[in-house]
Amino acid sequence: MDHQLTAWLLAAAQTALFVGAAPLLAGWVKRVKCHMQNRAAPALWQPYRDLAKLFRKDMVLAENASWLFRATPYIVFGAMSLAAAAVPLVAVDLPTGAIADVIVLVGFFALARFFTALAGMDIGTAFGGMGSSREMTIAALAEPAMLMAVFTLSMTAGSTNLSSAIHYVLDAGLVLRPSFLFALLALAMVAVAETGRVPVDNPATHLELTMIHEAMILEYSGRHLALIEWAAQIKLMIYAVLVANIFWPWGIAQEFTSEALGIGVVAIATKLTALAVVLVVWETVLAKLRIFRVPPFLGFAFLLSLLGMLTHVVLETGG
Amino acid sequence: MTELSQLSLYNQAIILFAALVLFTSFIMLAQARMLPMIFAFAWQGMLLAVVTALVALVSGHPHLYISAALTVALKVFLIPWLLYRLAVKLNIHLEAEAIKYPSLLLLAGAGLVIFSYYVALPIVHLSGLATRNTIAVSIAVVLLGMLLMIARKKAVAQVIGFMSIENGLFFSAVVSTYGMPLIVELGVAFDVLVAAILFGVFFFHMSESFDSLDVDRLTRLSEVHESLFPPEEGASEEERP
Repeated sequence: MDHQLTAWLLAAAQTALFVGAAPLLAGWVKRVKCHMQNRAAPALWQPYRDLAKLFRKDMVLAENASWLFRATPYIVFGAMSLAAAAVPLVAVDLPTGAIADVIVLVGFFALARFFTALAGMDIGTAFGGMGSSREMTIAALAEPAMLMAVFTLSMTAGSTNLSSAIHYVLDAGLVLRPSFLFALLALAMVAVAETGRVPVDNPATHLELTMIHEAMILEYSGRHLALIEWAAQIKLMIYAVLVANIFWPWGIAQEFTSEALGIGVVAIATKLTALAVVLVVWETVLAKLRIFRVPPFLGFAFLLSLLGMLTHVVLETGG
Repeated sequence: MTELSQLSLYNQAIILFAALVLFTSFIMLAQARMLPMIFAFAWQGMLLAVVTALVALVSGHPHLYISAALTVALKVFLIPWLLYRLAVKLNIHLEAEAIKYPSLLLLAGAGLVIFSYYVALPIVHLSGLATRNTIAVSIAVVLLGMLLMIARKKAVAQVIGFMSIENGLFFSAVVSTYGMPLIVELGVAFDVLVAAILFGVFFFHMSESFDSLDVDRLTRLSEVHESLFPPEEGASEEERP
């Protein structure tokens, strides 16, 4: 009973840490990117300042905004926080990890995206509808690739639950698996498309012809915008943690002692820091794709995850 | 049969690099531009050489080191360099070919991998080699090279497809029987080199005669020097009174 209580408390603390640290990761990415491109970098906690500013500001609502438009920021933020609760950050085997497996995680993303797209069309501006249609096009192509990559992992690990998969990788030790390599590349490409990073979408632009995610949330202001931006930062962090903890789970806490948890925090912080640098390099060397080039990009991601599954069957199980 | 985690690290590395060889085949299939395609071909040769060297290390067949060195010299440096020089000379190195149905092509490639897995399964059951799982991949590389030749119209891409078929054959020889006799391999290697040079001459004639490297134009039965741009069939029809 006592053990149960600690586990739940830890799960709550981990989720709070997840949600709280997401702007920090975004700030770090922005900072490294500025250094990379020879620009003066904002402070690491600038995203917190932005969020605080937005929370303080008044909202401007369109006259014809329905309840959908007002409810969407809370739904999106709630879905992302729930998804964050299901992803092992510092420790595996937390009770929240058992609630949802990876497929439910993809479902949370889909839920948030569905409501964002509806809200984009709710006001009736041209940009909102355009952004919604673009977002759904990309999502329809990214989701199969993501699920296929997940299936590749779960075929090896024998489970779609994240905690079990991480346990499997930890127990197996260092095994050179081509299927994991392909799944990693596919997942990275999908993550870039889903979080609106450079080759697919530019998170820093408001240029009408190119924006995708920004076009849908153009009408939001004040605390609504703060919640949506925070949710986007959590989403980036979820993908980063997925990549870091599935493919390099070493260091994650397997028991609930303070020592193991401390190592877990340091390990995940190191991994995320390094991963952010990789993301920045990727974003700096690549140019943004034309929107009609995005389907081939995601088609290649799908092919990669398919190759991962095929190499798993052909090469790893040996017929 | 054997799970991957039970193999030694060297054998795991062989399987990993074999998967990467397959991946480069897919990159060549997806790549529309000439120069990256030539580089992908060079990378495939490099990965193949690594697989060969690893197989030599694991199986203790020293003659495979010579094959690996030959692969590096010919397929990583000499032939890609020849192709590169040709592409620059013919001024096609920045061209991109319009691939019809790119996604469908890649899915067809994945289908070929499944087919070659099915074909190789009996061989895999008979073989006792540690590298037997990669036989299916080597057959897939051969078939993907053929698919590349079928799907592309530009002659340079077709030559790269041909060379990657040869890569696949060499690969399957290495993983299914630890390599052919050295004399055969030497012969094949120099044949490929000669083929590369002959293809170069062929390219020059083609681009001189047709002003293009599109092999579809080879079906036209016009005299070479009569006109550089033979009139379109539809156009000539309209001119008729």
